[in-house]
Amino acid sequence: MIEFYLNDQPIRTSEAPASTLLDFVRYHEQLKGTKIGCREGDCGACTVLVGELNADGQTVNYQSMTSCLTPLGNAHGKHIVTVEGINAAGNQLTPVQKAIVDEGGSQCGFCTVGFVMSLTGHSLSTQPATEKSTIAAIDGNICRCTGYKSLERAAAKLTAELEQRPAEKALAWLSEKQFVPGYFAEIPAKLAQLRLGGSREAARTADAAKAASHVSTSPNGHAQSQNDHDHQDGSKPFTHAILGGGTDLLVQRLEELREQPGVRLVFDQPGRRGIRQATTGRVVLGAATTASQLLESELMRGLLPNLPQYLKLVSSTPIRNMGTVAGNFINGSPIGDLTIMFLALGAFVTLQDGNGQTRELALPDLYLGYKKLAKAADEQVIEISFPAPLAGDFFHFEKVSKRTHLDIASVNSAAWLRVKNDVIQAAAISAGGVGPVPLYLARTSEFLIGRELTAETVSAANAVMQAEISPISDVRGTADYKRLLLRQLLWAHFLQFAPELAVDELT
Amino acid sequence: MNHLDPQRHVRGESQYLDDVPVQQGTLYAAVFESPLAHGVLKSLDFSAALAAPGVARVLTAADIPGINQIGGIVADEPLLADGHVHFRGQPVALVLARTEAQAHAALKLITVEIDPLPIITDPRVAAAQGELIVPPRTFKIGDSEAAWAACAQVFEGVAESGGQEHLYIETQGAYAFPTEMGGVRMISSTQGPTAVQRHTAHVLGLGMHQVEVDVTRLGGGFGGKEDQATPWGALAALGAFITKKPVKLVLDRMADMRMTGKRHPYSSDFRIGFDADLKIVAYEVTFFQNAGAAADLSPAVMERTLFHATNAYFVPNVTATAFSCRTNLPPNTAFRGFGGPQGMFVIESAIAKAAEALGVPAYEIQRKNLLREGDLFSYRQAADMCHAEQAWDTAASEFDLAGIRAEVEQFNQTNKLKKKGFAVMPICFGISFTKTPMNQTRALVHIYSDGSVGISTGAVEMGQGVNTKIAQVAARTLGISINRIKIETTNTTRVANTSPSAASATADLNGKATEMACAALRERLLRHAEVEYTLNYEGLEIRDEEVLAAGVPAETNWEKLVSSAFWKRVALTENAHYATPDLHFDATVNQGHPFAYHVYGTALTTVTVDCLRGTYTVDALQIAHDFGQSFNEVIDRGQIEGGAVQGIGWMTMEEVAYNDEGRLLSNSLNSYKIPDIYAAPKVLDVHFLDTPGHPKAILRSKAVGEPPLMYGIGTYFALRDAVRAFQGHTALPFSAPMTPEKVLVSLYPAFADSNLSLTHTLPAQI
Repeated sequence: MIEFYLNDQPIRTSEAPASTLLDFVRYHEQLKGTKIGCREGDCGACTVLVGELNADGQTVNYQSMTSCLTPLGNAHGKHIVTVEGINAAGNQLTPVQKAIVDEGGSQCGFCTVGFVMSLTGHSLSTQPATEKSTIAAIDGNICRCTGYKSLERAAAKLTAELEQRPAEKALAWLSEKQFVPGYFAEIPAKLAQLRLGGSREAARTADAAKAASHVSTSPNGHAQSQNDHDHQDGSKPFTHAILGGGTDLLVQRLEELREQPGVRLVFDQPGRRGIRQATTGRVVLGAATTASQLLESELMRGLLPNLPQYLKLVSSTPIRNMGTVAGNFINGSPIGDLTIMFLALGAFVTLQDGNGQTRELALPDLYLGYKKLAKAADEQVIEISFPAPLAGDFFHFEKVSKRTHLDIASVNSAAWLRVKNDVIQAAAISAGGVGPVPLYLARTSEFLIGRELTAETVSAANAVMQAEISPISDVRGTADYKRLLLRQLLWAHFLQFAPELAVDELT
Repeated sequence: MNHLDPQRHVRGESQYLDDVPVQQGTLYAAVFESPLAHGVLKSLDFSAALAAPGVARVLTAADIPGINQIGGIVADEPLLADGHVHFRGQPVALVLARTEAQAHAALKLITVEIDPLPIITDPRVAAAQGELIVPPRTFKIGDSEAAWAACAQVFEGVAESGGQEHLYIETQGAYAFPTEMGGVRMISSTQGPTAVQRHTAHVLGLGMHQVEVDVTRLGGGFGGKEDQATPWGALAALGAFITKKPVKLVLDRMADMRMTGKRHPYSSDFRIGFDADLKIVAYEVTFFQNAGAAADLSPAVMERTLFHATNAYFVPNVTATAFSCRTNLPPNTAFRGFGGPQGMFVIESAIAKAAEALGVPAYEIQRKNLLREGDLFSYRQAADMCHAEQAWDTAASEFDLAGIRAEVEQFNQTNKLKKKGFAVMPICFGISFTKTPMNQTRALVHIYSDGSVGISTGAVEMGQGVNTKIAQVAARTLGISINRIKIETTNTTRVANTSPSAASATADLNGKATEMACAALRERLLRHAEVEYTLNYEGLEIRDEEVLAAGVPAETNWEKLVSSAFWKRVALTENAHYATPDLHFDATVNQGHPFAYHVYGTALTTVTVDCLRGTYTVDALQIAHDFGQSFNEVIDRGQIEGGAVQGIGWMTMEEVAYNDEGRLLSNSLNSYKIPDIYAAPKVLDVHFLDTPGHPKAILRSKAVGEPPLMYGIGTYFALRDAVRAFQGHTALPFSAPMTPEKVLVSLYPAFADSNLSLTHTLPAQI
């Protein structure tokens, strides 16, 4: 039984946990304000807010998510908010709605509710609203009519209004200003109540869950591709899937998942979240850590100061709120952005089998071939770890796609370097989109070690790298382009690290 | 005054097709498509599908009671494939089931046997094989052949522009209900309710009066739902007609992308000649339009390419020829600009080619050749109330063309791995359906006895704000508050025989009809007031709901006047017909006066290219646009901004890709990218030119839907300018869109050569 609050209504449903929240709100609850645009998280027309009770038990953390990729089961214990749940009585508009209307930010209107929900979610955020953060809140919303400038004007208006939002008792202020209706104040207590009931039920079903066999996760694509989301049909059926954020599997396998009774949801599994530094110095991530949680982690930002700018290139706000790091690894896409980053960070995954036995595997060793993993069917990733970079280490991530944001890379690459006295002491270079798996470029990395940091070294490393990759032509670029692009990205890494390097050889 | 609909949009209360409450007994339809792009249909086996859970019927061409034909201009498009399949994604059968999931599951159980035939995807190959949709057309003025000798400089080349997916966020769909009269009523997401009605009637073998089409609003259209909403409407209607149950058909995104046509890709040859002063003397161009597998609107799109082949320039000697080429792709169709952008891209390429060869800025050539009052277009209409030079000069001074140019040069001198580029894009776009008979419409205006007003026209609201504009026209004409006015759904039983909402002309046509109807009602009410309140008719008016006699409030107001007129049995309903005056065009000689007027404007584009990565940003798009006398600046600005960004998308990241088998590779939102908020220009300025408007424009506010799309063309040339600042030696083809891939490969032309052997010796990876 899945229990949650939908707007101000309690829901208890036995619908399939791997069906989508979108279908539930539209066709089960007949809340038609949430629209269907693409069913793959690429347009944002179905954006809703997902509120989760904070550890304090007093406040709720709201995040925007695309309901087309939200497994209904992930709504359990939460507050789901659709536009019907924020509409004020008597046709009054909320400040978000009013800003959009006043600035002409809605033309055909089909995408509009998605923008309203994303901006409302931003209003509920505890972070201060800036011009940039307000725009970032709608980076997952596509509009075909307006050209966005009117929406930017609406966002600016809203940012100005949100400057008045107090840090304390923000919800009361938001409620008074009609951003959200009054019932939001009662939600924390209601969710706390749900949590109590939920833990009793969890105890009851724990044994049953243990008994269930947890088998593999990654669909086996039958056609070679170096980019993700190929919408392949007809590949092997998979049973007892494990769902993380759902951002890949609900695109690829929705129909099958919906029919499956034994889908395991790890998104909210206890102990699968959190980012900590172990006593060994290693950084350890729970498998259900989302991209957004990476971004919010002070530990991660301390170790990788440019992480926010990298993650801005990874999908969009609502998808980052859902997509998990382990899910990105296990999906096995040759172009997975997070995978490429963690390959260069020297990450390991900890796998646990059905009997509770664990083993550690270096991330490069997880990939055997296109969407083929060195992982037994009953194994599940429970942790990810990597050695914390030392002060002075260099790390950089590059990604080029047809559209800079909310797109799948043509080629991406990450580099980690340790340099002393202009000599490279250690190096790890990874690249995506240039082979059947996300590549750790072992030979290129090896080649760099012990060499001086010069333009000649980069050029020579490129020659090694070109022999180490095997791109194919597809919708994201020709093989020649991908080779050229990766050369450029290798240069981009080094120019980032040592801007003084001569670049004449590039032309 | 804001757009009326957004109040409902932001609350999620606007009803789109898929939001209509489902009637009991509804069957859901799913379309079985041809898996091959060309072949002979040998057999179709749907027995397993029929036996699948929930499946009620599987319909094929054999079930069509009327004529299996939905071709609008040419009768070459069956509703369901019969005998042959001509493109991948062509509808072959329709599954009807109790749930949508069951209908889609059943599709997988259908098998089809097709004897493959050769597949053509390239329009030039089609032309060479004589595969033409209609005979080629040539627009000609002067004698270009004879003019070459007199030219100081002549340049020639090839220009290619790609397709464009409409990507309305609401996919195609229709919901049909059987009627007690034996006909069908349907709700359709269409820009052309009459087209859906007419073709459905033919398919069902009924009179048009037995088919009612109702449209509330569309979640975007952009031309994609002008002709191509018809198959889904007709299929849903066929299902409802045969099963006597409601049938709902909504395409999912990937089916929509696979099965529907897009903006026509063009491949074109040009030749342009200049005198010593860089005045264009002659221009010859041959367009090869990739029409896809059926005519759809291609002949009309091709015609508009010819109308706009010289963009905003005066060229005394023009020979422009166009071939509409039949290929095995989904029939390409209307898309904002309707062939105009494709024509303009070629002459801009020709000018750029000359400028690059001569080492002069393209904008110097462009400025010299702009249209002036009285200049003749190749089709012999004269440019009247011409604002081409005014638009250019205003943009140049308002946004400091010389300053931008200097800044760009300065930047490029001091930056090695980043280069800026700059381009100017003037536009001239003709307003009217080029098929003259389509320039007619009707408005039905009811004044209810309480003074509220309901208006029906042929206009379909799809975000362009036409309903708001019509309400404004009515409020202004009647002298009442806009809050009294409701714009009704677009319905074929209230307003019949309409043209689609297209050609930028919807507000003009339907607004004028509304204005006429409201003016007639106003006159009737004032005549009544004259008698009822013994007032002098001269000087009698209604303003702000007050009845004024020579400026003095009379002892009545709007509500009282309407009520009293009703009780005196005055007709409070009016039905007006408007046909744009003075239009004529002879398609046999390609001469006449096809347009009510032209819209002008000029855009300056500045871009920055990251020459390390091949990525780029559009820094600024600065536009001086001829709105005439805009009566809704919020809507009009929104059309400019939205249209321009759509045009930028077409020229940059939007790449429609088919493989040689005619399979769409860019088949979802993850592989076909349209601009997101970060891709929009950082600066997008819109300057409202001070022009008087045109008397044939509604309230002198000029049509604004399509023209701004073509401002986006400037982005292509600005990117080219930036690439040349880095790599001046590259022989850059004229090929849009300018994707990051094309930019990078242009920046580093030597790489591919040096790397060729490496790539080709690799084993194939399967």
